[in-house]
Amino acid sequence: MNFSFSQEQIELRQAVRAVLDAECPVAALRAFDGAAPEQRATLSRARWQVLADLGAPGLLVPEAAGGLGLNDVDLVGIFEEAGWAALPEPLVETAGLAAPVLSTLLPAPAAVATLEALLTKHATIAVGGIDVGGDVIGATAGGLSSPSTVSADGLLRTPRVVGARDASAILLACQDPDSGWQLHAVPAAACTVDPTPALSTTRDLSTVHWPLSADTLLAYGVAAEAVVQLIADRAAAASAAFLIGLADRMITLAADYAKERQQFGQPIGSFQAVKHLLANARVKLEFARPATYRAAWSLATAQTTVSHDASMAKAMASDAADLAALVALQVHGAIGYTWECDLHFFMKHTWALSRSWGDAAVHRQLVLAQV
Amino acid sequence: MDLTFTAGQEAFRVEARAWLEAHVPSEPLPSFDTPNGFDAHRHWEHTLYADRWSVVSWPTEYGGRDVGIMEWLVFEEEYYRARAPKRVSQNGIFLLAPTMLEYGTDEQKARFLPPMASGEEIWCQGWSEPDAGSDLAGIRSRAVRNPTGDGWVLSGQKTWASRGAFAEWCFGIFRTDPDAERHRGLTYFLIAMDSPGVTVRPIPQIDGETGFAEIFFDNVEVPDAQVLGDVGAGWSVAMATAGSERGLSLRSPARYTEAADRLIDLFHERGKPPSSSDAVAQAHMDAEAYQLHTYWTATKVSQGHAVGPEASCNKIFWSETDVAIHDAALDLLGTEAELLESGSPGEWLDGYLFSLAGPIYAGTNEIQRNVVAERLLGLPRSRA
Repeated sequence: MNFSFSQEQIELRQAVRAVLDAECPVAALRAFDGAAPEQRATLSRARWQVLADLGAPGLLVPEAAGGLGLNDVDLVGIFEEAGWAALPEPLVETAGLAAPVLSTLLPAPAAVATLEALLTKHATIAVGGIDVGGDVIGATAGGLSSPSTVSADGLLRTPRVVGARDASAILLACQDPDSGWQLHAVPAAACTVDPTPALSTTRDLSTVHWPLSADTLLAYGVAAEAVVQLIADRAAAASAAFLIGLADRMITLAADYAKERQQFGQPIGSFQAVKHLLANARVKLEFARPATYRAAWSLATAQTTVSHDASMAKAMASDAADLAALVALQVHGAIGYTWECDLHFFMKHTWALSRSWGDAAVHRQLVLAQV
Repeated sequence: MDLTFTAGQEAFRVEARAWLEAHVPSEPLPSFDTPNGFDAHRHWEHTLYADRWSVVSWPTEYGGRDVGIMEWLVFEEEYYRARAPKRVSQNGIFLLAPTMLEYGTDEQKARFLPPMASGEEIWCQGWSEPDAGSDLAGIRSRAVRNPTGDGWVLSGQKTWASRGAFAEWCFGIFRTDPDAERHRGLTYFLIAMDSPGVTVRPIPQIDGETGFAEIFFDNVEVPDAQVLGDVGAGWSVAMATAGSERGLSLRSPARYTEAADRLIDLFHERGKPPSSSDAVAQAHMDAEAYQLHTYWTATKVSQGHAVGPEASCNKIFWSETDVAIHDAALDLLGTEAELLESGSPGEWLDGYLFSLAGPIYAGTNEIQRNVVAERLLGLPRSRA
């Protein structure tokens, strides 16, 4: 039993923190927020390049396939740092979902081409077409369904795809009542991407219209169902780590503010009412963290409990981040309700992500179904 | 990172499991807060001690096996899995002993630890006073130098002393320098309960049993050899004990994972009512998260790091998780929850009453939240 990170893992994480402090401060989020689409794309590419130079996108790809050959325990701290920064680029989708899933699907031609773009052209990869939730109890295993539908023009329409605007390819799933799941890697050039207005400016949501083609097929039927389940588990675990980072950031912002802001002649952080709000958020974070690290270890070592462990991490991290957001807003008071205050970038990302890939209530039910 | 136990640790688990299966009483013992139950539990402690299972992490010279913290956690998992009796000696073995191993003299360790390990001497804790609960540094019981010889003379009143009704020994803090700043001038004493001048008044608890007691000290003479740590250093010695109480030695995670497993069984027995599913799932997750957090902390400890104010997060979490697990069980039992019965329903009710004390003792959870806010988040101390 050794529940700790290695010195190399700690140093890698620190390197990512340093890079994101420089490349993704709140000022950068603000610049990003007000930018036109082409400017956003330019800013995103520049930031992604720095992460790519560290090897982050291909960290889970085996060395033989051109990646770093590391595992989820190496990666989890990087996701936490991305959450701390509210990184707008699709790191979870590219490094946490696409890279390892495509690696397992080699040498399917669509997988080879997409993975090559990820590794050598420093492309981002979006992922869509999988919903977690719906009728969890007694429904399909894992509570998975696809929101992809067939349009009148014969194209598939997949709503709420994260990170598609600037991606070079998109992993897309769809489900047919007769033949089951299909998973495709579709080049962006073949897709129509309609940006969807959404609350958080650090999350890029789109509806993607795409043609069903044998050329893009990665897996279908039972094999695809297993891959979709793996994507859902990976997404839950990676999102949990991102949410842990967001929660930590919001608690830190609020605690810093409570030390500065004076009322009744003293810092508001000296009042027990304020202390206890923040302590509650801190305690929830404290116990969501090891659950999140355990999920990463279970993925890295292919434990049979991986679905349970990923769901538990997502449930606990979603609740921890949601509480941190509410508490941070309350501690900030009216200033926290303004655009001027930095807090809203992190709150909005939290509200969106805590409900993505299954919210806490859904994952509690998934956990219960597996014990 | 490797979340599996080593082959050696698993072998230790097998050995512990086999011993427990052969020795744990088939019928639950009567409550240790009754005279008969106290004796039965003391006998059980001796059974554990005879085969060196009562204090596995202690040095062998005091009755332990000198195993590491991970082995101790493995033993605890097996102990709760076997549904073995509650530890009547817990104040001594889990709270006083770690402090004594750190601050005690060799003579004190040799004198006190073996009978503590065997159950021959059971300890109670003399900290709270009628006017000093959360504000522990406000204690007024005092100790003065004995004018007729060596040692000290103690006077005052302690209260809420768990096991105080039946214990042979008491560890407590007394004010030895009334002029010093209130966190200084305190000294940690080890007191025989049969000393002249000690009067015990048992207090019936919420369940009607005498789980704790008031202790009156009327010019009780205590020799110098029964001062633990330095004179005047009682606060820092006491905080070491408090760290054990809040941290991982008093409440090993197995207690919660075992209860959460029984809760899931109860949920299935009762037909998986959807109204309870959320609470049952949360109880399971919280128990497991506490276990994982403990492995995290134990790894830090085994790598030579100290447990810091995170112990206060722990105390809040385990105490509130305990209440939530039992509350969920009582909800599943519904109108049967109030019945005083032997077997499953009664056990959950007993467990619920026991759990309700958790957010209060060992420093109320409000005090713990202050510690978390001040020492983990760096918020300023309250001026009040």
